[in-house]
Amino acid sequence: MIHATMILAQVAPATGPADRTSLMVVLFYMLVLFGIGFASSRLFRGSSSDFFSASQSIGPFMLLMSVFGTTMTAFAMVGSTGKAFSLGIGVYGLMASSSALVHAACFFLIGIRMWAIGKKYGYVTQIQYFRDRFESKALGYVLFPILVGLIIPYLLVGLLGAGSYMGGVTRNMFPETFSGGAGVPPGSVPPWVTGLVISVVVLFYVFYGGVRSAAWANTFQTIVFMAMGVVGFLVIADGLGGYAAASQKALEHAPEKLSREGLISMPHFISYMFVPLSVGMFPHLFQHWLTARSAKAFRLTVIAHPICIMIVWLPCILLGIWAAGMVGAGEMKVPNLPNGLPNSNAVLGIMVSKYMSNQILVGLFSAGVLAAIMSSLDSQFVCIGAMFTNDFVLPLVGKDKFSDKQKVWLGRGFIVFIVLITYVMSLLEPKSVFNLGVWCFSGFAALFPMAFAAIYWRGTTLHGVFASILATALTWGFYAYDALVLGDNARYGTFEDGEYLVAGVMPVAFIVLASAAALILVSLITKKPSQSTLEKFFPKGI
Amino acid sequence: MKKVIYGLAILMAVLHQDFWLWDSRTLVLGFIPIGLFYHAVFSCVAALLWFSATRFAWPTELEKWADTPNEPHTTDGGNS
Repeated sequence: MIHATMILAQVAPATGPADRTSLMVVLFYMLVLFGIGFASSRLFRGSSSDFFSASQSIGPFMLLMSVFGTTMTAFAMVGSTGKAFSLGIGVYGLMASSSALVHAACFFLIGIRMWAIGKKYGYVTQIQYFRDRFESKALGYVLFPILVGLIIPYLLVGLLGAGSYMGGVTRNMFPETFSGGAGVPPGSVPPWVTGLVISVVVLFYVFYGGVRSAAWANTFQTIVFMAMGVVGFLVIADGLGGYAAASQKALEHAPEKLSREGLISMPHFISYMFVPLSVGMFPHLFQHWLTARSAKAFRLTVIAHPICIMIVWLPCILLGIWAAGMVGAGEMKVPNLPNGLPNSNAVLGIMVSKYMSNQILVGLFSAGVLAAIMSSLDSQFVCIGAMFTNDFVLPLVGKDKFSDKQKVWLGRGFIVFIVLITYVMSLLEPKSVFNLGVWCFSGFAALFPMAFAAIYWRGTTLHGVFASILATALTWGFYAYDALVLGDNARYGTFEDGEYLVAGVMPVAFIVLASAAALILVSLITKKPSQSTLEKFFPKGI
Repeated sequence: MKKVIYGLAILMAVLHQDFWLWDSRTLVLGFIPIGLFYHAVFSCVAALLWFSATRFAWPTELEKWADTPNEPHTTDGGNS
């Protein structure tokens, strides 16, 4: 899901040499976001509870949109098309329908319980819960850097991707102002400008309104990227002569893309089911769960999430296989990567530039791509601010040392700090960060057994949790080193269509199993939390 | 009823591995490959499953518990 932005770097649809209409549309979209940020910040009540959890006032529709928007990165819109171009229709089963089942299960089984516990005991971060559940401040200090460390690459990927995408969209718009450079088309808006604009816009509404503004903006942005995905699909399908003609061409010229045979193995397919478990441990999602007005607000999210996924993914997968048919028929060309393989990440951009001539539409589509990126960025910024305040500073210094207002300013301060750090890091263009996406997901997925066991198994112990974290760190580090550092010389896995597999399956399967095994085994032989803690978190009849 | 819902969720996880359509390239409705159509329908059925869960396995007691006032010693927001 998350290599999102690696993709965006290359999908930018070409526009006319000097026509700036699409850029104007994008800028107008940013202004609208400012307006939404301003409007939502007027509702801010000034308390830390409101800043970090919107005083638990978010209703069903906004909860659905904000949770869905946060979960879906730009990969859902752009990367999925490229992936389907390479791997065919199986991509939908790998990433979309598996999420339809697993994400909703996580919302139902973990989200609602976390909301209830959070409401009951006043938690605003998941670390607060884990610290109390396992009676250990140390656990909080261990989890804080791990969770922040897993989020920061996302932030970077978002900013870099937005910069690269806008570079392509604005190619030749400013030939006398910007000369371009390595990977930056001549005359285009440079990545540092795009990153700056994105950061300022997101920071504006998050700074003033906290998670409430993030929820408002997410709702709007999710509607935008869902709508633009569908519009883009309809326009392109029309340009291809209709659905049936496009699919027939794919059947004739790229028949392998219409099935999974030879492209995806069964073990690979099954093991992908572990990846969406990551939503059970996303701290930014936890924070959105806490904003729910009531448990009933979750109902729409649980039910409609699978349908929302389908609305976004199904058109993209069809576009991917249609593109393969076009290339097979010699009617479309996709540039090759240095390794000689077609650059699948450029597929959607090529189709958009070929079949979407209206610059306003291109601008709206670009706004949709940026919406998908920003709807994840804002939640992550707020959640990092919340974690820093509630999981690091307050436990360290003492919660009574700060007034409620000061807590809000602590959160704001750290959000600004993180935005600055992320922005500066994005200027260094750490290209390798793109490869970290799926590894971040794997890390969160590996922490899922801890979240699930903490809620449902009274016998889970602090030592079991530490063992689980250690097992995760070791196996994750082992495979990540093999894949990311050794790369083509990897000793324990192989690369198949860019995907690192161990014995034919995703390494996340082994990492999650190691984490779960360590948790269970060590919990069975170590001391359980006190009776009062168990009674607190496992009330009778619940 | 909860057990039935959970059982159905496990069944869905099994049905997700549709090896029986692995190599079929049949087009449904003239344009959707059957493997893709199956998983699109799967998404809809998943929504139905979770609708059933919210209807028949809803944690009503949990909601009531969350809404009842706290005992004083348990309201430290995790910063004890």
